[in-house]
Amino acid sequence: MKRSITLDVNGATRTTEVEPRALLASVLRDQLDLTGTHIGCDTSQCGACTVLLDGRAVKSCTVLAVQAEGKQITTIEGLSGDGRLHPLQQAFWEKHGLQCGFCTPGMILTAVDLLSQNPTPSEAEIRHALEGNLCRCTGYQNIVAAIQSAAGALR
Amino acid sequence: MATLFGSGIKRREDPRLVTGRATYTDDVKLPGLLYAAILRSTYAHAKLKQVDVAKAKQAAGVVAVYTGADLRDKVNAVPCAWNVPNCDLKVPPHPVLAVDKVRYVGDGIALVVAESRAAARDALDLIEVDYDPLDAVVDPERAAQKGAPQLHADVPNNVAFTWKVTGGDADKAFAEAPVKLEQRILQPRLLPTAMEPRAACASYNPGTGQLTCWITSQNPHIHRFLLSVMTKLPEHRIRVIAPEVGGGFGSKIPGYADEALVSFASLDLGRPVKWTEDRSENYKVTIHGRDHVEHVELCGTKDGKITGLRTRVYAGLGGYASTAAPGIPTILHGLMYSGPYAIPNIAGTVYGVYTTTTPVDAYRGAGRPEATFLLERMIDLYARKIGMDPVEVRRKNLIPNDKFPYTVATGITYDSGNYQGALDKALQMIDYKKFRAEQAKARKDGRYLGIGVTTYCEICGLGPSQVAGAVGFGGGLYDSAIVRVYPTGVVRAYIGAKPHGQGEETTFAQIVADEFGLPVENVEVVAGDTEATPQGWGTYGSRTTAVCGSAVKVAAQRVKAKAKQIAAHLLEANEADLDWKDGKFVVKGSPDKSKSFGELALMANVAWNMPPGVEPGLEATAFFDPTNFVFPFGTHICTVEVDAETGEVKILRYIAVDDCGPQINPMIVEGQVHGGVIQGLGEALQERAVYDEDGQLLTGTLMDYAVPKASQMPKIETAHTVTPSPVNPLGVKGVGETGTIASVPTLVNAVCDALAPLGVTHIDKPLTPARVWTAIQQAKGGAR
Repeated sequence: MKRSITLDVNGATRTTEVEPRALLASVLRDQLDLTGTHIGCDTSQCGACTVLLDGRAVKSCTVLAVQAEGKQITTIEGLSGDGRLHPLQQAFWEKHGLQCGFCTPGMILTAVDLLSQNPTPSEAEIRHALEGNLCRCTGYQNIVAAIQSAAGALR
Repeated sequence: MATLFGSGIKRREDPRLVTGRATYTDDVKLPGLLYAAILRSTYAHAKLKQVDVAKAKQAAGVVAVYTGADLRDKVNAVPCAWNVPNCDLKVPPHPVLAVDKVRYVGDGIALVVAESRAAARDALDLIEVDYDPLDAVVDPERAAQKGAPQLHADVPNNVAFTWKVTGGDADKAFAEAPVKLEQRILQPRLLPTAMEPRAACASYNPGTGQLTCWITSQNPHIHRFLLSVMTKLPEHRIRVIAPEVGGGFGSKIPGYADEALVSFASLDLGRPVKWTEDRSENYKVTIHGRDHVEHVELCGTKDGKITGLRTRVYAGLGGYASTAAPGIPTILHGLMYSGPYAIPNIAGTVYGVYTTTTPVDAYRGAGRPEATFLLERMIDLYARKIGMDPVEVRRKNLIPNDKFPYTVATGITYDSGNYQGALDKALQMIDYKKFRAEQAKARKDGRYLGIGVTTYCEICGLGPSQVAGAVGFGGGLYDSAIVRVYPTGVVRAYIGAKPHGQGEETTFAQIVADEFGLPVENVEVVAGDTEATPQGWGTYGSRTTAVCGSAVKVAAQRVKAKAKQIAAHLLEANEADLDWKDGKFVVKGSPDKSKSFGELALMANVAWNMPPGVEPGLEATAFFDPTNFVFPFGTHICTVEVDAETGEVKILRYIAVDDCGPQINPMIVEGQVHGGVIQGLGEALQERAVYDEDGQLLTGTLMDYAVPKASQMPKIETAHTVTPSPVNPLGVKGVGETGTIASVPTLVNAVCDALAPLGVTHIDKPLTPARVWTAIQQAKGGAR
């Protein structure tokens, strides 16, 4: 039985019909056409689907769409505006923190949360914060470097 | 003017990727789109007695359901495309949906097409399958023994092929050698785990008779051909688009039943159909890598000269022969048994064996990591046996710098090398003598430090097409580019390869911009659409820059030659009197008489005043076929400390010195090394696909399969030497797989070195704390 929900996504109000069992990740992708949120697993390990819910990073595959009502959702598409990159997007670009790019939206949004909680993380703290985000291409070294660089830029 | 070649400029791929504006296959949405789901066998080996789809057909939202029986005459079997000669290769048919028997958990049984993903998935549960279970066999060595369960009627003992490589006289060498050793080495099965799962979206237009299929593909032209074979549609009516591709590591090379199934469904229903696997399905269906059981023998002198190598290898192929599977443990493995060393006598036998498991095919390194690992492991064992430093043994056997091109005993010829140079640099970085002194001191304190040194070379830049044909590869291995100059002087290069994270949209733009003296922003590189790009063979085997990059270079040179003709005509000068300077053709001695590249682009495209006999337009196509493979090389060194109480391995330093010739973009090269090394360390330390004896994949999700995480992995220190290859105009060699090839033995040798005082000689991968601890106990004669 579908029901109508209203979501606050990237500052816009979006109303859509969903099944109660629908995951936020699927609704963002299939119904709201926000395909920057990626799905890389089915057990909440990979973190490619990470979005911000009221500013905190969550895996949108572990959230039902109906649970996200009343919260502010930020996806990778909504992270920057005015044609300018967010300092983390810029830093991932400058430090070669991505290759195939599939994990990147989740990595960046996880890092946004990290830096909002801890503006001066150590390398070990960054690596620990990425515990729930997998990358198969970069070996993480440049992702860590990008987050360190962005932390400096944001201070 | 400074060249872009050699400059670590930022990648042009990234703005779309960091903002979520890239289009991967599952992002493709078309009007009237239907969704497919595939019922997978839950048994590893069983007769299919009945497949009842009646209830599924009635389910809400379901449009169609197909079984193997429905498709038997409509869709051809999945082809194997590497027909390795002289090995009695047997390739039984691999139907797109199983007809009478399933041969691995994940083998397709039925296809459901529905109005939504959820409806398609739900309907799978309504299909009733009556299985008659048969015995499973998952170990390739056991599967090849008499009495093992038989997968295919016409393949006795499940042996798909018996392939041999010989050079010199290994039996004589072993008979005469004063030192001999042997070791059984396991190369566990691995799950490639590209972060983007595979997907296919097919759209057949009954009005035009054209099929467009978006596929997560490393090689769209190969997929077009394979799709043509399976769907029976002629190749010119198929367009394959590989849009953004989220990693591959080999797993997106093969042709799979899945893209044929959605294509058939789209043809049958006249609506677009999309299928996307989830990770559990990916682990069951998308190819696996490695899976060797190796019996290895090495012989040599007492002072460290290796005189012979013998192998007997059982390579698991899974339930069917995947697209390139027969070539991986043979051509790309056995021919590299000499590594960077002059080993005069080599004899190897490789059995390709069907097992009731997911098919095995190319996974990052594909055959060469297995060869490098067995060789490097044996050298450390040899060094220990004769009481010689393992670095000195390597140095004694490395092919000397002045011997290139060098033909090894297996018959292939290495292009260029400076193996000692890379070794010296790496030893200097680690300060080898100092570490050995620290190690000796630590041992006195009861601490276990170890060092692993790997000198490697590998075969890549695949490769001359003539050789491809000779070794049974079902295609060419040249690659291609069209360089097209627009009237306003901006450029597009259309390439036959298909980068999926390696950054060639940037590096190839660097090549073209250099050739024309343009800012790099004025060049776009287009890949992945068979409608736009010339016939090419894809991105794998670290071939894209060496082969396709060379095609880009040659095409750009042809364009420039034509521009020069036009410049000479317009300037009323001889071509010989023109210099190329700062993006202009300038008449010698008359610096004010010149034509810029932009002016020539306009004049060529409007064609108001062309030289006699010269056609309008400014573009060129090149097909580049190299004269040989390329052989990158280097030395990797790892130092570790092992906790003998817990078996935990801590990496202290990891140094990678690689030589891939001149680097177009050092930032990207370094990124390839980082990623490759970490992927190899995952293999060495924690990754292993595990089947139980019934053929159930126990590591069936990312909860159970240990892909490396950021917190588990070290920082890599990189350095390079530069030895150009003579076989392509850029002098470049591949670097996409070297990290994975070199790092696995480096880590394992370091751990075995650390535990030498305890008598540990060998530990099978992955070196989890439990395995290391057990090895320590066994060496002590304690616990089992």
